[in-house]
Amino acid sequence: MSDVIARSAATKQSLFPPENLKPAPKAADTTLTVQNLSVDYLGRRGLVRAVRDVSFDLAHGETLSLIGESGSGKTTLGLTLIRLLPRAARIREGGRIIYRRDGDEFDVLALKPEELRHFRWKECAMVFQSALNALNPVLRIAEQFEDTARAHGTSRTQETRQRALELLRLVKLDPERVLRSYPHELSGGMRQRVLFAMSLLLDPQLIILDEPTTALDILTQRAIIDILRQLRQEMKFSLLFISHDLSLAAELADRVATMYAGAIVEIGNVYETFYHPQHPYTMGLIKAVPTVTGDMQALASISGSPPDLVNLPPGCKFHPRCPYATDRCREEEPTLVAVAPGHLAACWYSEVSSSTFQVAS
Amino acid sequence: MSSLISLDHVSRTFRQGNRIVKAVDNVSLDINEGEIVCLVGESGCGKTTTGKMIAGLLRPTGGEVLFEGQDIWAMGRDFKRYRQAVQIIHQDPYASLNPVHQVSRILSAPLFRHGLVANQEAAQARLRELLGIVDMTPPEDFLDKYPHQLSGGQRQRVSVARALTVHPRFIVADEAVSMVDVSIRVSLLNMLTRLKDELGVTFLFITHDLALAKYFAWQGRIAVMYLGRLIEVSLTPRLVTDPLHPYSKALLSAVPEADPQITRTKQRVQLRSLDVPSLLNLPSGCNFHPRCPLFEEGLCDKVVPELVDMGAGRYVACHVITK
Repeated sequence: MSDVIARSAATKQSLFPPENLKPAPKAADTTLTVQNLSVDYLGRRGLVRAVRDVSFDLAHGETLSLIGESGSGKTTLGLTLIRLLPRAARIREGGRIIYRRDGDEFDVLALKPEELRHFRWKECAMVFQSALNALNPVLRIAEQFEDTARAHGTSRTQETRQRALELLRLVKLDPERVLRSYPHELSGGMRQRVLFAMSLLLDPQLIILDEPTTALDILTQRAIIDILRQLRQEMKFSLLFISHDLSLAAELADRVATMYAGAIVEIGNVYETFYHPQHPYTMGLIKAVPTVTGDMQALASISGSPPDLVNLPPGCKFHPRCPYATDRCREEEPTLVAVAPGHLAACWYSEVSSSTFQVAS
Repeated sequence: MSSLISLDHVSRTFRQGNRIVKAVDNVSLDINEGEIVCLVGESGCGKTTTGKMIAGLLRPTGGEVLFEGQDIWAMGRDFKRYRQAVQIIHQDPYASLNPVHQVSRILSAPLFRHGLVANQEAAQARLRELLGIVDMTPPEDFLDKYPHQLSGGQRQRVSVARALTVHPRFIVADEAVSMVDVSIRVSLLNMLTRLKDELGVTFLFITHDLALAKYFAWQGRIAVMYLGRLIEVSLTPRLVTDPLHPYSKALLSAVPEADPQITRTKQRVQLRSLDVPSLLNLPSGCNFHPRCPLFEEGLCDKVVPELVDMGAGRYVACHVITK
């Protein structure tokens, strides 16, 4: 068995040929193409394989939701897209992040510092999960907007102010009052909305949100979801949001990708993924989350715990927790293959598992 | 069914310099033995403060917390017995266990402290039993682990096992599964439900997650709090399908669901304002009136509504609904 593993490790590239990874969008309409991205962290116990050979496309104006729990690699992936990884992180050779706008395209990983600066915030804005701490506590909101604009080459204060007012109104905040305030004078939900408004300041084509509604109350969360929907409609940006919250994906996503142990295990249209999931992990997640509407459902947890990213099990990384696991699963890691048009899953037995999946509704 | 724990017009105010924050305002609630009651609400509603008062960790500034009819703060020496009978499980599995103690020590400490075991042998046997109850088997795999060697879900199970060492009759679970992976939450909740069924433990489950509240307290009741006040109490199936209070309606309609068809076609309640009032500056009369779609001027902004018995175990505090 160790031979199989050694062999597959040595020929990693050939086990994951690009032909297998072709989600729905066509090249011309794609804002972002991620190819064979792998990121490791140098940890004390050894190499932490946080992101393993991830590939996906994001079409212009599309919303893709990356769903995963702790240890899935989703946050690392998000940080890699705008190259904000900590020093202990290493991006492996061969990975590419292709960004396209108006017929132009370039690899984000190949950008020089000045070019990267331009890319960040002007082309691609990212709002993190501890948004509450992302604002400078000693500057009023108005100054933060000016600061951001100036850092990216715009120094027309009046114009920035007008745009800030407009954007704050879009996120349903009282613009004059908010611009005058310091971050601590605003509630968590308000600060989150300020950050959304700020992320739109330079009219980016791509917005990445990491856990946008975690730690927010239900009613505030609802307001943010509705605002995101409206903003997306009006400004037509591509949205990649990273979350553990399936319900957010159900609300906003056009397509959903589930991540497990650093890899995408399923990707497809939101309705297909929720109603006809093809990977046992996705099925497990869906069956583990209750809904308020509808009858009492039979829920089930996924047994076991997430894997140790330093000592990943051989074969399929989900096999220790999978009710359908066989010897093949324990030895060979499955690749993402098309199970239906535009719907891919990395499972040797998705036909078997998906046929037994029942949506409790 | 007798009332095990009773909140009798309980209030709790905090001082911030010159300012007074009324975190819990005149809350009355009876919790019966063997029952599961969920306390739900958004942040700042006072649910955690209420939980702490029930657990005896905070003293009310108004009203009484009664245990089997007795005021817990007038119990004298019996208060110690109360503190054993009521245990609390906190939200953060990373903060509630001593990082330098192994699991065996974390669990055996209360056994010895309260004289529940005669010797090491008895303690070890009881430890194994406890770990079995919380589904941490085989116990040998966990006894000499430190908290950092366990997952979030496992740490919460150890917290539950610790709570069980003193044979509690009542457990307050304050957001006990919020910081645990989604795929594990259900098994934790199922384990807690088994504690109720097999050991007869009564539960107060505090959460902001309505879907979890519905699942865990399906056989029990849900009490909804807003800005320190109890605004609706009802049997869970009833509350979830037919909420009475406009705030309950708004909450239930606002929750995003893990089902695209349902969540994208759900009818949302429109509120008059998105702003949440500060506890330092509460609205007059009904706390919810500035945002309430049923607001009636002259009534809702003048008089604080009381919880009214609407029959079939439903109580609601709203002038307009109870007219």
